[in-house]
Amino acid sequence: MNPERLAQELVDPIKTAVTTLPEPTLAALKEAREKEEDGARVQLDAILEAVEIGQKEEIPICQDTGTPTFYVQLGADYPAIDRLDEIKMAFRGAVQLATKEVPIRPNTVNPISGKNPGDNTGRSIPWINWNITDGTDLKVTYLPKGGGSTNMSQLTMMTPGKGIKGVKELVLKRIASMEGKPCPPTVVGIGLGGSASISMSLAKKSLLRPVGERHEDPEIMDLENELKERANNLGVGPMGVGGETTVLDVKIEYDHRHPASYPVGIAPQCWANRRTSFLITPEGDIVEVER
Amino acid sequence: MKILKTPLNPEEVADLRVNEPFKVTGKIFTARDAAHEKLLDFAEEGEKAPLDLSAYPCFHCGPVMKERGDSWQVVSAGPTTSIRMEIFEDEFMDEFGTKIFIGKGGMGEKTSEALVQHGGVYAQFTGGAGSLMAGSVEEVEDVHFLEELGVPEAVWVFRVDEFGPLLVTMDSTGESIHRDISEEINRNLQKEIETL
Repeated sequence: MNPERLAQELVDPIKTAVTTLPEPTLAALKEAREKEEDGARVQLDAILEAVEIGQKEEIPICQDTGTPTFYVQLGADYPAIDRLDEIKMAFRGAVQLATKEVPIRPNTVNPISGKNPGDNTGRSIPWINWNITDGTDLKVTYLPKGGGSTNMSQLTMMTPGKGIKGVKELVLKRIASMEGKPCPPTVVGIGLGGSASISMSLAKKSLLRPVGERHEDPEIMDLENELKERANNLGVGPMGVGGETTVLDVKIEYDHRHPASYPVGIAPQCWANRRTSFLITPEGDIVEVER
Repeated sequence: MKILKTPLNPEEVADLRVNEPFKVTGKIFTARDAAHEKLLDFAEEGEKAPLDLSAYPCFHCGPVMKERGDSWQVVSAGPTTSIRMEIFEDEFMDEFGTKIFIGKGGMGEKTSEALVQHGGVYAQFTGGAGSLMAGSVEEVEDVHFLEELGVPEAVWVFRVDEFGPLLVTMDSTGESIHRDISEEINRNLQKEIETL
């Protein structure tokens, strides 16, 4: 494995992530377009045209190419497990190259000085989320999430006595109050339980699941369906101009909570629900997989 | 669809009404948080703005740009969330006389009042549709404060051909579809909560 070569190889999946949409998201947008009329349809037509141009001309669909974030599923028996430092270095090199070559927007600002180094790197950025799993594969999802939707994130330490009904109310209130700001139709990620930080991280992680895919736990599945249906009754509509489609999907993940705490994390994702998933072979080659 | 040419005709802008789609041909400039602050600081120090900000629409946008030799090219340039500029826009209009603001997500009551006072409108371009916008840019005419503010925050001056569709969501009569939709959303929300 050569970290410089790997960095160069990684530019491609970053490019695919920002210039195209995953098929399930695109299908959901097309379905929404058929349901809408007037201003809402104008928005979805513009969205679908932008996606087409992005793919054809290989340019970022949206100018906000997000905070560079890699979600890594590391198999405990991955043969090149002693080379993780080099992989980390390659991630950093890849976003620097992609900033020039794709190009993507320099999106890292020092919170104290306000300075932007201009290459999409910074303290802890690109952000790498490591998860240890079984097996021999190293699977990565690149998730460039934009600032508009991220600004609508919310953590609530709910009174536990309010229960599931309280969760539903809280989520619907949030989707209503966000209006057009997170670029709807959105995918709304929800994290229940754990701790304050765990619930936020679960909310974001839930966005890794494809649009339309339901949680394996039947109770969570029902909750996702109910919240999706109710959210679409709110009338926010595409880009907040009113309409039938406020969300493309609702995703929920949960962990057990402390008896005194009921953290509810909400992480909305804009319609440009971008990502790529790929394996890094022990030799340092990239194999793109379904996203 | 109506096409507005720049320099803008103030009467034509004041006549635009909510829910009316239009396009712009001519010159526009970008300004987001830092650029607003910078331009207003400039004015306070008695310095002249680098271009006539009353004649061209202000686009809330931080684009992806590519440098080619000594010229720039727009790669992707959709709107940013306008409500962040709510703290500036009334003062901006007072100072520079800007008539059209283009962004996404709508703006608040302070801006709505200033639009009435100045005969201006706020129009929405589809959020995320940066690649579509880039196709309407014929030339990058100029850039200001690039070194100081960086690519996304600089003031870019684009020559555009039929930039749009732009949807008027706040007009010079004080109408705002954001206000109307907010009320409707709240009614719908109450219905959903009652049936939980």
